[in-house]
Amino acid sequence: MESRARIKALLKKLMNRKVMISVLALVMAMVTSGIIIKLSGYSPVEAIMAIFEGAFNGKSAIARTLVQATPLILSGLAFTVAQKAQLINLGVEGQLYLGALATAMVGSMDLGVPGGLHLIFAILVGMLVGGLYAGIVGVMKVRFGSNEVIATIMLNSIAILVANYFVSGPWKAVGSVTGQTEKVLDQVRLARLIPHTQLTLAIAVAIISCLIMKWFFDHTVPGYEIKVVGQNKTAAKVAGIQTGKIVILSMLLSGAIGGLAGGLHVLGVDGRFITGFSPGYGFSGIAVAALGAGSPIGVIVSGLIFGVIRSGSMLLDLKTDIPLTYADVVQALVIIFVATPMLITEMIHKSKRVVSAMNPSSKKGEES
Amino acid sequence: MNDIVRMTDISKVYPSSNVRALDHVDFTLKKGEIHSLLGENGAGKSTLMKILYGMNAPYSGEVVIYGEKKIMSKPIHAIELGISMVHQHFMLTPVMTVAENIVIGREPRKGILFDRESAEREIQKMIDTYGFNLSPKAKVEDLSTGEQQRVEILKAMYGGAGIIILDEPTAVLTPQEVNDLFAIMRRLKADGKTIVIITHKLKETINIADRASVLRDGKMIRTDIQVKDTTIEELSRYMVGRDVELGIQRPSLEIGEVAFEVRNLNLVEREHSILKQINLKVHRGEILGIAGIEGNGQSELLEVLTGVRKPTSMELRKNGELLKGDARAFIDQGIGHVPEDRMSQGLVASMSIMENLILGYHKRPQFSKRGLLKDTEIEEFSDQMIEEYRIKAPGSRTPCKMLSGGNQQKVVIARIFSEDPDIIIIAQPTRGVDIGAMEYIHSRMLDLRDEGKAILLLSADLDEVRNLSDRLLVIYEGEIVAEAERNQMNESEIGLYMTGSRSQKSGE
Repeated sequence: MESRARIKALLKKLMNRKVMISVLALVMAMVTSGIIIKLSGYSPVEAIMAIFEGAFNGKSAIARTLVQATPLILSGLAFTVAQKAQLINLGVEGQLYLGALATAMVGSMDLGVPGGLHLIFAILVGMLVGGLYAGIVGVMKVRFGSNEVIATIMLNSIAILVANYFVSGPWKAVGSVTGQTEKVLDQVRLARLIPHTQLTLAIAVAIISCLIMKWFFDHTVPGYEIKVVGQNKTAAKVAGIQTGKIVILSMLLSGAIGGLAGGLHVLGVDGRFITGFSPGYGFSGIAVAALGAGSPIGVIVSGLIFGVIRSGSMLLDLKTDIPLTYADVVQALVIIFVATPMLITEMIHKSKRVVSAMNPSSKKGEES
Repeated sequence: MNDIVRMTDISKVYPSSNVRALDHVDFTLKKGEIHSLLGENGAGKSTLMKILYGMNAPYSGEVVIYGEKKIMSKPIHAIELGISMVHQHFMLTPVMTVAENIVIGREPRKGILFDRESAEREIQKMIDTYGFNLSPKAKVEDLSTGEQQRVEILKAMYGGAGIIILDEPTAVLTPQEVNDLFAIMRRLKADGKTIVIITHKLKETINIADRASVLRDGKMIRTDIQVKDTTIEELSRYMVGRDVELGIQRPSLEIGEVAFEVRNLNLVEREHSILKQINLKVHRGEILGIAGIEGNGQSELLEVLTGVRKPTSMELRKNGELLKGDARAFIDQGIGHVPEDRMSQGLVASMSIMENLILGYHKRPQFSKRGLLKDTEIEEFSDQMIEEYRIKAPGSRTPCKMLSGGNQQKVVIARIFSEDPDIIIIAQPTRGVDIGAMEYIHSRMLDLRDEGKAILLLSADLDEVRNLSDRLLVIYEGEIVAEAERNQMNESEIGLYMTGSRSQKSGE
């Protein structure tokens, strides 16, 4: 009996309103996408089976799922970190691009340093570049009052086009047809965890990054100040917190995490920067963050869920006529349902009313 | 007189928080009376009246209006029965005229067109009947708060309402405007209207009401109190549940040297002079009060004096030393600031009590070291504050938004007072706070003053300023227009200065 009570208490803690909304949003997104599949003339059951098979059937499937989840977790985290300061960073894609390019360049240069050091240095430069690129927006917002939503989204195009210019021109690998940099040195490549897959320690780095950010927000002074600024800027000012610095710091952090996502992709998956390598990881981060309910831990879970959908969709694409874009549909639906919390709350309310109607002892003066 | 409204055994539970806002409450209204519904914040006054107005369904219990049982689930039901409510926050469209605001939704028409002329004629007739002293053609944005309230009352009566509920109508008014409002209420009563006034002000209840009912913690403590047979002390005992000291006056025993001095303070923004040539001194062991109607520069004065806003010119001295810098520097220099609006300036509502208790002081060595928060110490400190300041809360990790207004204010006060600042600038310390907490906060302030702190008090509550201050200034349109020692000026004199009808014209 006692253990049951304990489980109940734990469940109650886990099932707060935000989590509830996320779970229900995911369920509704899956159901709705199932309906869309059905309307398109395919079998939803078959589709779900294919996704699960594609995501979990065998070592290489699981590896692929985790590889897909890595940039999703990190860009979700990047978005979440900015969100803590009430900033909307729609520029993760651009930060990821520039981070990847910087890491690829540093990684391909022979610096004459040991492998581990070289690897860390390459990653850090990627993070720095991503961070500074987002930091520009922070400065623009603080100094000139520009809107970070518009500024970040505009900077995406600039980042992507600038990167493409460099890898198709001055930094293009010798003898290559497509726009890509030279391969990075072997010593900076992340070691494969499972042979013949692309699974590396990158997934661990992504998860640890989330844990670090959780710790950062819970236990450090800057983390505390970011939360205060995000939730009540006036109170922050009155308390003597320099809100401008905090806004810039949040953008720097967010961009650095975006840069990390790009750098890890280069060192873990492609081994070089290739034009168009990202199928919009930075944008998918928005959905990951939305489902993650603003929590770094939530981002781990939702990043993995989207990893499953994305990697499963690849098999879906092969086995059925349902295209890979199915993953994008699910993603969009999740955003729609998370963004309509009223709808979800109403559903929770209704379901509670049904439960209490079935169980008359719990009625509490609700009737009018 | 017979009961035109009879509410029996009313209960209301908010399902989201499981709070029992009303617990088997009975309430009646007699035709043609002014009925004061008394209670502290959160006692359930507004909840009960919102049920009558159809804004708070579902509820349990029975509502009988004019002898017929009714289910009040939408305001439209109440309006059709001639019940109107004037809310605390006005719901007027500033750019529209008085007449337009009143008839909105029920406009007289000429074909498909709005018949402005007949609307204005009709409103003018109402204004004349009740002596409202308004023009139907005036734009609402040009009206004073008292006038806007009259527009709200007219709006309530426009449909022919016989029962008018006024929610805290005097909270935003000056003493003169309160008198005008009471005159209007008496005229409405003479005309056969029934009025409910929701309030926590006992003096007003004694002045205006025929009967009173007192709610406490969702329970009806006393109903059918004949006001002419009761006293303020008795009413406050019903309200709080114990004897309270109201309007304690404890003059300072020892006023020391000047601790805080402001000279030549001017604030000009967009070629608009907001603060004009303000000079003031606060001594050790003294509370200097600044009275004034809201919006006469108090908010700006506060921001300037706490380093949040840069003035055009100012010489600020603390213990004779020049003080400069931003809000951070002011806090570090030992100037404690209790902001005027706790929700927007003083607290981060979604964060926990412990996180709020260190806000602004979180970089002090007792709370953090090398950028890391000392979680254990902070929680211990918070537990101690909760006990010392009698903050009613489940624990240190409870988010501040879950607390009542009084307890939220105690969190802010505890944060500032525990830092032991030499100078305390405190604004609206008891706004929206229950009597118990108010009594406590006031006595804490007086204790600090007696310890030799210099306190600058800004408040829109004239009674509060008069009772606590050893010296008092009146601010009007950004200028200090009067200065007086304790008890030198009576309420209506101060009121005249507050409204700019009179001025001493001496700076210091």
